[in-house]
Order: sequence, then structure tokens, then C-alpha cells
Amino acid sequence: MARIEWQLGEVIAIIQETPTVKTFRLKLPNWTAQLPGQHYDLRLTAEDGYQAERSYSIASPPEQLGEIDLTIEWLEEGEVSAYLHEGVTIGDLIEVRGPIGGYFVWQKTMVNKPLLLVGGGSGIVPLMAILRHRSAIKATNPTRLLYSVRTPEETIFGQELDRLMGQDATFSRTITYTRQAPEHWTGNRRRINKEMLAREVGQYTEPPLCFICGPTELVELAANLLVDLGIPAPYIYAERFGTTRPT
Amino acid sequence: MASFFNPGFGRKHPNQYADRLPPGQYETHDFPVLTAGPTPRIPIESWTFSLTGLVDTPVTWTWDQFQALPQQEFTVDIHCVTKWSKFDTRWHGISVETLLEHIIIKPEARYVMAYSHGGYTTNLPLDDLRQGKAFIGMGVDGEPLAAEHGGPARLVVPKLYFWKSAKWIQGLRFMAHDQPGFWEQAGYSMYGNPWTEQRYRSDD
Ligand SMILES: Cc1cc2nc3c(=O)[nH]c(=O)nc-3n(C[C@H](O)[C@H](O)[C@H](O)COP(=O)(O)OP(=O)(O)OC[C@H]3O[C@@H](n4cnc5c(N)ncnc54)[C@H](O)[C@@H]3O)c2cc1C
Repeated sequence: MARIEWQLGEVIAIIQETPTVKTFRLKLPNWTAQLPGQHYDLRLTAEDGYQAERSYSIASPPEQLGEIDLTIEWLEEGEVSAYLHEGVTIGDLIEVRGPIGGYFVWQKTMVNKPLLLVGGGSGIVPLMAILRHRSAIKATNPTRLLYSVRTPEETIFGQELDRLMGQDATFSRTITYTRQAPEHWTGNRRRINKEMLAREVGQYTEPPLCFICGPTELVELAANLLVDLGIPAPYIYAERFGTTRPT
Repeated sequence: MASFFNPGFGRKHPNQYADRLPPGQYETHDFPVLTAGPTPRIPIESWTFSLTGLVDTPVTWTWDQFQALPQQEFTVDIHCVTKWSKFDTRWHGISVETLLEHIIIKPEARYVMAYSHGGYTTNLPLDDLRQGKAFIGMGVDGEPLAAEHGGPARLVVPKLYFWKSAKWIQGLRFMAHDQPGFWEQAGYSMYGNPWTEQRYRSDD
């Protein structure tokens, strides 16, 4: 296997998704088609040679040729995310290498199987890549998304998810707001719990493949609850982004 | 690429352990979790640990028998392939060398497949488990090891990326030839040396 080499991507667009989330569109000299769910490693270098590396999931589907979208949440005091948010503009170059990851990926062989996506915050990013690719290939496997966000303003890809649901009868998404819900909201307003997951799982006639992504605590909880609800462990794919708060 | 830099970027958090930090890693003070799926829950009554494969007589311990083996304390740095490193983690457990006193390994054995309750596997060269370089950790900071960190017991091989330190360890199988384990089949490095950044198979 050839080494996955570092390359310099050019920032060709920056999309403000929410007050604290931006999508950076990078044009890559050596783009290779990714599988939905994979990530890139991103490396920043200071003038004195100091380097910092982080992983970022790819938000764009493989149908978007020659470029990748990285959708990144600004973390207060975050070394890499804060620099990207505050210091990067269109035309800048960013070092990345990828695509990486062979497990948390939605494979061709899964296309006909029912699918349950569970995401929290920026954990929506690789799930969005799955949904975008699924839509591009017009898959019709029953697919549901349970998405935990703090507030309506902090919902990443909210409108696109609404649009996908309007166009595709085999897809539906449920949002739960953990801090503040929209006015007149009658849906979930708490962290993901067993009842919420049971309601999702109850919509399927056979156990769905489950992809869970977000902060470690959420992934840990949802994965264990899905096992309690009778989903076989090998059906559960988990990607933990880490804790956003130091302890 | 040495001439390339990101204007205005610089270290944000001071790092007192710079010389102990492998390339591309950053220091964390929490204990993040990396597992492909849910955390298996292993009842102590059915827990076992075995040494199998290319050995003269395989051996299996129950939890009580295993607890009775001589334990030691270990203070080690750990490096996860997802980029975090944690310094001076304090463990108690049993050195792999102590376990090897109970078996005779066949001469052709060169590699080990560590396998876990729940089906996880990871491959390592035998040499990297010997002479105190690896242990079965059963606790951190004097507390029993939590299930999400691999409890009741996990392999700990500090010199390699932490995915080689199989959680929920069930046994070591001795082999003549190297074979990829779980993450290795998914594209991660066969060896996983943090100091040369062997993260992915293509880095080997
Ligand atoms: C496979 C994978 C995919 C990922 N995909 C995405 C993605 O698509 N989008 C996304 O937004 N993230 C993603 N992440 C998370 C991402 O890699 C980074 O962890 C995240 O951006 C934080 O990095 P940072 O450098 O900004 O923050 P860091 O500097 O690493 O800090 C993290 C947090 O700890 C705090 N902190 C750290 N050190 C200190 C200190 N010394 N003092 C005080 N506070 C401190 C910071 O305030 C911050 O909140 C992914 C992670 C993984 C493993």
C-alpha cells in the first residue's frame, strides 16, 4: 500500500453552518474517493516548526470530486479548531492526509440494510456524509437519524436534513434539544436516553445497522443502550470524537 | 514540506513534557475512550485468561486464580493513535513476563495475537511483550479498571499506540507469523510505533 501522504489543500470556500461551526472546503491536488464515514488528518505547523495534528471527518460525499468538506466546531481554547476558525481565509493552504479509517464506514454491502444513525453535535459530520452518499445513489433502505443538539441555532445541516426528509420517504430524522427547544416544540428535549432509542429501534422490522458518532460520553451511552435494546454488538459502529471539556 | 507553515499558528497549551511527546500527539489530562462498538460487560464469574497457540501446554486462569498471581505497579506514558497522549498513568497489574513463567513457548513462536472478550484482536511481536515491556493492567490510580477502559483487565504495551493494548483481554495466542488483528485489518499499522508515526498500514 502506498503511504497516505500529506498534501496541501487549498481552502476554496468557508461556509458558516452555525454560530460556532464552519465548513472548510479544500481542493486537493491528490484527491481519492473516500468511503462515507472516513476522516482526514489535518496538521498545522507554526513558524518555529511546532506541529499539531487532529482528525476531521469528511462531510462531503465521494460524488463531490476533487475536494473535501471538513465541518469543524470552534472550541474555546481549542488549539487547532480555534486557529481554523479565527485564522483561516479563502485561498489559504492547509496540510491534510487521507482518506483514513476502515471501520466506521458505510460499505457498499450495507446499502440494502436498514440503518440507524445516532449523532451528537459535530458527530453529525460523518453521518451526513453517509446520508449525502445514500441520497446520491438513491438508496431506499429504511434510514433514521436521531440527532442530539443543544439549541436550534446550533443544529448543523438542519435545513438540508429537512429537505432530505421531504424528498425521501425512506428517510426520517428526529432531533432532540438538550438546552433550549424551538417555540411550540412538542418533540424531545433531553439528552438521548433509552426511551428515545427504543422508539427509534421500534420502527424497524429487523435490527438496523447502527452508526453512532459524537462526544465520547454520548457514544458510550447510546452504544450500551442499543445493546440493552437487543441490537447485536457487531451491528454497532461507533466513532468517538473525544471529550470537549478537559477534566 | 519543512518550509511550509500556517501563518499565525502557534502552540496554545504549554507542554512540560515536550520530549516525551511523540510526533503528531498532544497531551490530555482525561482518559478518552476508543472502541469500535459498544463496551462489553464481562461477569467476573465467566472471566478467564489463557495462553494458547504455539506453547507446550496451554494454560487458563479464572479471575480468582489470576488475582492471586504476583502483582506490580507500573507508571507509564500512553499514546493513542487518535492523537492524545497521557503521561505518568499509574497502573497495577501482572507483568506478561510473570505469566510466561507458567508456559514453555515453542521455538517458532515470534508473534502474538492478543484476543479479547467481545471478539477484539490485535497482533504484536512477542519481543515487545517480554522482559517487563507489557503487563495485564487491572487498575488505575488504585481503583479497579472501569469497563469502558477495558476492565476488568486489559493488556498494556506502553511503547506502542494504545490500540495494541487490547481491552477486555481474554488471552494471548502465540504464532509463528504476523497476522493482522481487528484494527490492523481495517487499515491500521501492523506494528504501531508512535515515535515513527506508524498510524496506518501505509506508514509501515
Ligand atoms: C475520528 C475523529 C473524527 C473527528 N471529526 C471531527 C469533525 O468532523 N468535526 C469536529 O469539529 N471535530 C472532529 N473531531 C474532533 C477533533 O479531532 C478535535 O479533537 C477537536 O477539533 C478539538 O481540537 P482542538 O485542537 O481545537 O482542541 P484542543 O486544543 O485539543 O482542546 C480540546 C478541548 O480541551 C480544552 N483544553 C485542552 N487543553 C487544555 C489546556 N491545557 N487548558 C485548558 N483547556 C484545554 C480546550 O478548551 C478544548 O475545549 C474528530 C475526532 C476524531 C477522533
